[in-house]
Amino acid sequence: MSAHQNPTLDQDDHHHEHDGGHGEITLRGYMTGFVLAVILTIIPFWLVMGNVFESSGTTALVVLGLGAVQMVVHMVYFLHMSPSAEGGWNLMALIFTLIIVVIALVGSLWVMYHLNTNMMPDMIHDMKNMF
Amino acid sequence: MSNTTAIQHPGAASAPGKLQFFLKQEHHPQNGTSLGFWIYLMSDCLIFAALFATYAVLGRSYAAGPSGADLFNLNLIAVSTAVLLLSSITYGFCVIEAQRKRLRPAMIWLGITGLLGLTFLGLEIYEFAHLIHLGAVPQRSAFLSAFYTLVGTHGLHVAFGVIWLVTLLFQLRKYGLTSENHRRLMCLSMFWHFLDLIWIAVFSFVYLLGTLP
Repeated sequence: MSAHQNPTLDQDDHHHEHDGGHGEITLRGYMTGFVLAVILTIIPFWLVMGNVFESSGTTALVVLGLGAVQMVVHMVYFLHMSPSAEGGWNLMALIFTLIIVVIALVGSLWVMYHLNTNMMPDMIHDMKNMF
Repeated sequence: MSNTTAIQHPGAASAPGKLQFFLKQEHHPQNGTSLGFWIYLMSDCLIFAALFATYAVLGRSYAAGPSGADLFNLNLIAVSTAVLLLSSITYGFCVIEAQRKRLRPAMIWLGITGLLGLTFLGLEIYEFAHLIHLGAVPQRSAFLSAFYTLVGTHGLHVAFGVIWLVTLLFQLRKYGLTSENHRRLMCLSMFWHFLDLIWIAVFSFVYLLGTLP
């Protein structure tokens, strides 16, 4: 009954449902994202396949950096992420996930690196000499 | 209007007949599905984080077996990457056509996306079959176990994405672009683009870094 009395509200609901809660979806946005993604994909492949840098460490850092940038490009242009999407809850969930991901990745590497170092054969040898 | 109730406001006696409506239930959030699906994707992200962490720890434990530099064929990976990236933009075209309420072009773009997804899967199956033929089986070394688990999980996600896509094609053919189908299309869009995002991490971290000397 209230919906009939208030047609503008009804239309508003309808509109939002079709919008999917995303930011504005345009062909231009998709094309910008696609071109950026292609560039950001070609560069790392070229760096590795063409042996552009002498040091593997430099190449690794640049490849990972470009990968991170490309992920942001996909988030913004393909997943339509924006700070205001879903009233900010999308971003909150993303930030929470990123924190957990960083803890899982950095924590695993840190712990396992120390575990490996401490379990090295000379270490056991040293420990025997201590007694 | 079973979930609304009309009560007489205490001070409304002066304006008889003017009813106020209160919702008995919590107001249903607009686009709750979209947020819920996003949270599912975030939990999926955590699965991949665990697999990436495993690969990061074990990725150089070759057990005197073959290393990534021996096994990976970057040309093949470049082709699969291109295929998956193309499928992202064709899905974008599908979403644009669906927004314009043009059913047929939307279905055609969705179909092309599905074919590209199948091509990606075919390339991955070919790669795995080739590696197994070379004797680089999952039980050969910790590196290979972690590699197959990580890349295989991504491949499985793509496979389920393709199944969902085909189901959606049938739904679209039968019911057209109803608001339910549009919602499903947007959820699959998020899923599909999310898989492409995970693939960026896979090709950068596993394949490109794995072939570095």
